[in-house]
Amino acid sequence: MSRIGVFVCHCGENISATVDVAKVADDSSRLPGVVHSVDYKYMCSDPGQTLVKEAIKEHNLTGVVVAACSPRMHEPTFRKACATAGLNPYLSEMANVREHCSWVHDKGEQTTQKAFDVVRAMISKVSNNGALEPIKVPVTKRALVVGGGVAGIQAALDIANCGHQVILVERSPSIGGHMAQLSETFPTLDCSQCILTPRMVEVAQHPNITLYTYSEIESVDGFIGNFKVKIRKRARNLDEDLCTGCGLCTTKCPQKKIPSEFEQGLGFRPAIYTPFPQAVPNKPVIDHDNCTYYKSGKCKVCEIVCPTKAIRFEQEDTILDVEIGAIVLATGFDIKRSDFFPEYGKGKYKDVIDGLQFERLASASGPTQGMIRRPSDGQIPKKIVFIACAGSRDPAKGIEYCSKICCMYTAKHAMLYKHKVHDGEAHVFYMDIRAGGKMYEEFVRRAIVEDHVNYTRGRVSTIYELDGKLIVKGADTLLGAQAVEIEADMVVLATAGIANDGSEELAQKMHVSYDEHKFFAEAHPKLKPVETNTGGIFLAGACQTTRDIPDSVSMASGAAVKVAALFSSDLLTREPIVARVNRIPGPSHSTCVGCFMCQPVCPYQAIEREEIKDRAGNVIKSLARINEGLCQGCGTCVALCRSKSIDLLGYTDNQMHSEVLSVLEEAFV
Amino acid sequence: MKLGIYPGCSLTGSARDYNESVFAIAEACDIQLEQVPDWNCCGATAAHNMNKELSLALPARILAQAEKVGMTDIVIPCAACYSRLMVTQHELNNDPVLKNRVSEIIEMDFKGTTAILNVVQMIDKYVTPVLKDKIVKNFSHKVACYYGCLMVRPYKVLQYDQHEDPQGMDNVIRLLGGTAIDWGYKVECCGAGLTMSKTEIVGMLSGKIVKDATRRGAQAIIVACPMCHSNLDMRRPAINEYTKEKMDIPVLYITDAIGMALGIDEKKLGLQRHFVPVKMAEYIPPVPEPKKPKAKEPINNL
Repeated sequence: MSRIGVFVCHCGENISATVDVAKVADDSSRLPGVVHSVDYKYMCSDPGQTLVKEAIKEHNLTGVVVAACSPRMHEPTFRKACATAGLNPYLSEMANVREHCSWVHDKGEQTTQKAFDVVRAMISKVSNNGALEPIKVPVTKRALVVGGGVAGIQAALDIANCGHQVILVERSPSIGGHMAQLSETFPTLDCSQCILTPRMVEVAQHPNITLYTYSEIESVDGFIGNFKVKIRKRARNLDEDLCTGCGLCTTKCPQKKIPSEFEQGLGFRPAIYTPFPQAVPNKPVIDHDNCTYYKSGKCKVCEIVCPTKAIRFEQEDTILDVEIGAIVLATGFDIKRSDFFPEYGKGKYKDVIDGLQFERLASASGPTQGMIRRPSDGQIPKKIVFIACAGSRDPAKGIEYCSKICCMYTAKHAMLYKHKVHDGEAHVFYMDIRAGGKMYEEFVRRAIVEDHVNYTRGRVSTIYELDGKLIVKGADTLLGAQAVEIEADMVVLATAGIANDGSEELAQKMHVSYDEHKFFAEAHPKLKPVETNTGGIFLAGACQTTRDIPDSVSMASGAAVKVAALFSSDLLTREPIVARVNRIPGPSHSTCVGCFMCQPVCPYQAIEREEIKDRAGNVIKSLARINEGLCQGCGTCVALCRSKSIDLLGYTDNQMHSEVLSVLEEAFV
Repeated sequence: MKLGIYPGCSLTGSARDYNESVFAIAEACDIQLEQVPDWNCCGATAAHNMNKELSLALPARILAQAEKVGMTDIVIPCAACYSRLMVTQHELNNDPVLKNRVSEIIEMDFKGTTAILNVVQMIDKYVTPVLKDKIVKNFSHKVACYYGCLMVRPYKVLQYDQHEDPQGMDNVIRLLGGTAIDWGYKVECCGAGLTMSKTEIVGMLSGKIVKDATRRGAQAIIVACPMCHSNLDMRRPAINEYTKEKMDIPVLYITDAIGMALGIDEKKLGLQRHFVPVKMAEYIPPVPEPKKPKAKEPINNL
């Protein structure tokens, strides 16, 4: 006969305001199997836990039911308390009478009755609980960082400096990300490349970091501590050991007019190219779509001029298999382009550009060597209009969220323009100025007060071209929605930040969840901002939501610490809540008939085929076997098993059956 | 092909010319237009400023009348009527309680299943497919298509064209062999109902539209709304007062342009009823010069 203790929590007034906790405790004490039942103001507090521990010892309890909040909150607390008192932690259960009862119902007898029903169900369940032992799995102490922008670089360096191996995978030919494209950074106006490139070089030279650029994640299998990842290393068409990065091939390539991705289409690159001079690694790639050789079978100029004979036209993609213990996703963000806005010309006006394009115009290494010149005719614009919130906070046409970085970079853009074109006029149209951050508000003030940037609160309704000028029509809402019309030479749209191209596909490969905007979802918005719901996969930077450089870097360091903590022990302890195929003595061995219906439905590829052989070595039966390391305890196989041979430990059919029956019994009595 | 038509007040009055040209091109394309039986006022701007239920009940009765005789598609040439009927159908289909209430008021069943077409949608669906063989002479003119407000907004309700930069009429003009210019006032306000009370404001707002079209070399402004037409055409004296010069650019309905290309008699299209005489020279777009082999790309060679 089981000896069960019931502990009913008031949770301050969270539960006791609507539930008569004393009555629940009293009624519970009369249930069969219950030998001890009390209520207490805060069961999770130290004295509350002591109540549980002492009762276990005093009454020699074989099961504990804590009627309090959701198991997501305090299940680990009470399991630990039980373990301290010598009771197997899996013999304790939470009856959720807060989220499922007191918070959602009004005070009354029925509410108390429901709380009692929940407690009674859990008492029935816990009488059927068995002791479980945590599963220990080994940890591969090598991390994978996906994305080589500033967040990925920071995460990789931090993990590597803890002494662990890191593989950094980047999709484009060089690491650096969007930060490498920026001219100056707010709020200090220090040169973006000057502070980033030393970090990029550090990554390349770090003994613990293996860098794969021009590579993508092909597939991810396995689980925390034991991922098996396939990386597709796309062909650079280059022997990387022989290439010295002299760049002769890039200067001799006859294809010179390909819009450069790095220059946001404002400059050109050849078909064999390194995206920018400080690229890491400084080794070119061949763009097959634009290469004369791949299109017509002739040319090979790069091969002829290469002094080390490093060009390999026949090279193919290679797939690398790596074993990984933890993954950091740092795949960054993208922005909407100006062709998204029909009211602003839908991309047909060359002088309506987006923020990243302005960064390239302002950058000393950009297509204009840092002179602000407009794309249509190369003239220096005398009047620029900056439009903040282009597509952001716009549920009708764009995205409903605030892209967060635009207020600050728009102030920076206007300031940089005024610093470069002294007699120029800079106008900013804004909804609100959101400059929360250290020295941010001061920075915006500086743009307004010292650099005389004209800020107008209001939206721009339309832009059209007239005699070489862009007519910007807007409203000044601080002057009673008075119409404003500005004849501008150039317009810069601070377009909405969006999830990076391919993020949805990557999330599905990684089994991490993502939000409606395709940004990766954190495990908890406040307390687990760098974790995902998948163990061992962490987030850094703007792949979770648009964020600026300081935020991305701190998040990357946070993710790195999580990885280092995971790597701090050789064995990883996992919850023993896994599915198990029943095994009985021969000759039948199991009720499993080997239909393997369970195999394809398992989302974690945890079900293996086990062959039972006789003494002569002949296979007499095939059985399903569940890999405890891979199993996440989702229970899909349990529901699907036709012969009811699989059970989920901690949630066995027997436990669930008695839990449900105890509720129904009362209902039918 | 048989379609329902709801003329509303303007097409039997101030926009007779529009009515004539709609019927003329329909006839030329073998479309029979049949009026919704016993139709009533759509409520226009007055009803929805005063009483919401009234503003929904009036259009709902028109739609219910159409449903009663089994009309599945109805054409509404007036943009304001089109807007009222579309808004009503949208609101009632999204609010079953209100739908019942309105059904009670009009004492008729209202299903909300009628396809409501503006003139450009009717052209797209029924005229364009047969247009190619029927064109007698190309509409060789350079024109500015003006959409105004009610044909494309609110987008959430109408779900028609790109509301910031609509292309429906521009495409029709191109099909007719004409040139549609890109300009700045496609969807700006013409002044609408202020035409009676504050004519000088209509003069200013419509003046800006006429001026922009003229300075970009348009030979005519193309519209699909009786209100836009009367403001741009009939209010030309007020416009001229604002622009301080005599603007003589004619204003045509999109159906006029089609009618002219189909060779329909000008009187049948009602062109003689326009206040600004419809006179346009032929316009042949210049053939673009072949690209010079090494054109300097300014941005990269600074």
